[in-house]
Amino acid sequence: MNEIKSSKPATTEVWITGIGLATSLGEGLDTHWEALNQRRINVDEKTFAPYIVHPWAPVNLDKQIPKKGDQRQMEAWQRIGTYAAGLALDSAGVKGNAEILARMDMVVAAGGGERDLAVDSNILNLEAKGNSAPGFLNKRLMNDLRPTLFLAQLSNLLAGNIAIVHGVTGSSRTFMGEEAAGVDAARIALARIAAGQSDIALIGGSQNGERKDLLVLYEFGGFNLKDKFAPVWARGDNAGFALGSGGAFLVIESKAHALARGAKPFARLTSVVADLASRHRSGEITAKLEKLWSELGVIEGKGAIFTGATGAEPATSEERAFLERHPGFPVRATGTIFGHTMETQFPLGLALAALSLSRGAIFPPNDPTGLEVAMSGPPSQIVVIGTGHWRGEGMALVEAIK
Amino acid sequence: MTATRDKFGRPIVVVTGMGVVTSLGAGKTDNWRKLTAGESGIRTITRFPIEGLKTTMAGTVDFIPVEPFSSTDLCERLGEVVAEEAIAQAGIGARGDFPGPLYLAVAPVEVEWPQRQELGRAIGPATEVNYDAMLRVSGGGRFTRYHHRFMFGSVANHLAETFGTKGSPISLSTACASGASAIQLGVEAIRRGEAQAALCVATDGSVNPEALVRFSLLSALSTQNDPPQAAARPFSKNRDGFVMAEGAGALVLESLEAATARGATILGIVAGCGKLADSFHRTRSSPDGKPIIGCVRNALADAGMAPEQIDYINAHGTGTPENDKMEYLGISSVFGERTREIPVSSNKSMVGHTLSAAGAVETVFSLLTLEHQRIPPTINYDIPDPAIPFDVVPNKARDARVTAVMSNSFGFGGQNASLILTREPV
Repeated sequence: MNEIKSSKPATTEVWITGIGLATSLGEGLDTHWEALNQRRINVDEKTFAPYIVHPWAPVNLDKQIPKKGDQRQMEAWQRIGTYAAGLALDSAGVKGNAEILARMDMVVAAGGGERDLAVDSNILNLEAKGNSAPGFLNKRLMNDLRPTLFLAQLSNLLAGNIAIVHGVTGSSRTFMGEEAAGVDAARIALARIAAGQSDIALIGGSQNGERKDLLVLYEFGGFNLKDKFAPVWARGDNAGFALGSGGAFLVIESKAHALARGAKPFARLTSVVADLASRHRSGEITAKLEKLWSELGVIEGKGAIFTGATGAEPATSEERAFLERHPGFPVRATGTIFGHTMETQFPLGLALAALSLSRGAIFPPNDPTGLEVAMSGPPSQIVVIGTGHWRGEGMALVEAIK
Repeated sequence: MTATRDKFGRPIVVVTGMGVVTSLGAGKTDNWRKLTAGESGIRTITRFPIEGLKTTMAGTVDFIPVEPFSSTDLCERLGEVVAEEAIAQAGIGARGDFPGPLYLAVAPVEVEWPQRQELGRAIGPATEVNYDAMLRVSGGGRFTRYHHRFMFGSVANHLAETFGTKGSPISLSTACASGASAIQLGVEAIRRGEAQAALCVATDGSVNPEALVRFSLLSALSTQNDPPQAAARPFSKNRDGFVMAEGAGALVLESLEAATARGATILGIVAGCGKLADSFHRTRSSPDGKPIIGCVRNALADAGMAPEQIDYINAHGTGTPENDKMEYLGISSVFGERTREIPVSSNKSMVGHTLSAAGAVETVFSLLTLEHQRIPPTINYDIPDPAIPFDVVPNKARDARVTAVMSNSFGFGGQNASLILTREPV
């Protein structure tokens, strides 16, 4: 795994023209900007104790998913994502524009597999009481499973719901694979637009972190943050991540396409690179991030780094070693503020980078260890980093449009 | 000198290696022999108890053992087998050093019942089982392997390491169009000049009780259990659903230029890819057929070909009442008068529906059709559906002159994809 496949430096300039955020901090760009500047964090240490999660801030779903029937056909992660996707389309000014939506390409980074906790628990209890006849499981599942739950479990049905609710139908692809899926969604969509294979795309993802079945999966690997919340860099011996809840979507398009329809850009998506370090030896993540940094393109001017560092080890310490080699770039860990939204963390980082560039500032640090420092004056470049808690590394360069 | 770019100036994308596993067997030779003999790989399920199920047959792959069994482990193993076959045929790179990216279509990964039951046992009979109790026993390193196993990216990571593909491997799902989408991602990367070769793999090993029940509850599966070989009846009047199946397909794609330069044997061309999403319903196609029509037209336009140039259609042909009807509407709208003449057959009548793998499995079969100039049949075609007057190549394979094949995939969530494969550059 020595070579790096990246989207080529854009031959066609690609702009971020729409941002949709619906997270634990609320919905919309102004709400987020205000909360970030107030260092507000919405964290729940009690409901799932000892596990810590960032709960989704409720919204009026009807505003983006008008049909109750559609809302009922989805589970929470799909409602969150479909809602955020709608915000992104609104932000880009293409909501309801049938001509554009019909040729808009979509790359969604998704998990899936949501369980019906009561059905699972009941079956396991009955089995514990000696119900072990052949076919017992079959009969219970045939009786107990809601037929529509399947549609909430399928990874590609977030994209399916976005197509149904918002009419995005140019093409629909769903990438799976935890954090790397979010990086690759941006990488492939950018590469296609840069090469003229596409004009406009919707990219992003969503997660509902308030899920015990998801906590079980990460507890297998000992990744859940327990007992007491702390910023990502200050977790020390209490390593791990608090699952986050939220949807982050972006509309990206060629500069020419944006200009032709009079769209205003938030920022330029200049390049996205990704790779897979083997992680068999310590130091490989640091080295891979260094390599990606060099692949990213010219870093000049006033820059910052927004990282999705998870708090899981050894990935976070290795990433910190990389960051300490680049002291000129003020760092912000999105995981401190939003928790870890897995597939969504990288699109979330892109969204916050584009928002910050468009507002001419980055939000204040939230880190008692001193890795994050204040930044004065407007940034011209923000590097977004996505280091997977277990596998996968990615990086993007987002730039201000002068 | 042969031109290495197509009429649109893009690098021509060729296939230099193929691998396939289905319920008929492992490898191209075995599969092709049985496919053209009209054999069925569908059997009564023996992997788990079938009491209480409405559908009791499937196209399982039981001849490649995985211990302990999980659908994800089988998925991974099948992916390995087909990638190995494809890379060996292509003779590309060095062992464990494939010179390009991996695009993997894979069934969504989930913790399965055996693992959940293991947690139940770990909790013990004295305590009520619920997710809080499961959480209490999940940590401490006892089940670390299940974290690694049930990450969505785990199969792609494993294949990327085994075959030494380059960069970040992509795991994708577009439901039953996934296999076609994986190939399309490879085609696009080569056309962009980003890669000279790509390994496109699609794999599915999902025949387990819950997966079967899920499709059953959506009334998507055939319940004609006896005899199992006769359950899959694409385009027949008495079709009543698809048959779940396992399998995998792999293609080594290269630019014509790179393949020619290294003297590789060229097995076929991926001339065009089309896709279009449907926003009508989560499990049903738009009744006007527009998304399917648009998808097929997009594939023709991408290849720069006219409908008259297609000699054979490798249908999605699941055997559900809905799919086959909509596929006829879509095809007949594009192909017009020629619809009755053009052979349209469904491999799924024999191998079942390999779900995430289907698009790649059927692309391999389409390329074998071009190679052997022989069209595999649609078996179990005893009662034609008068509403679908396709020439389905009923029950017996047929020799034919085939220069261009269209392979269609249509999936839940409005996922449509069509590929056009040819013998020679067009």
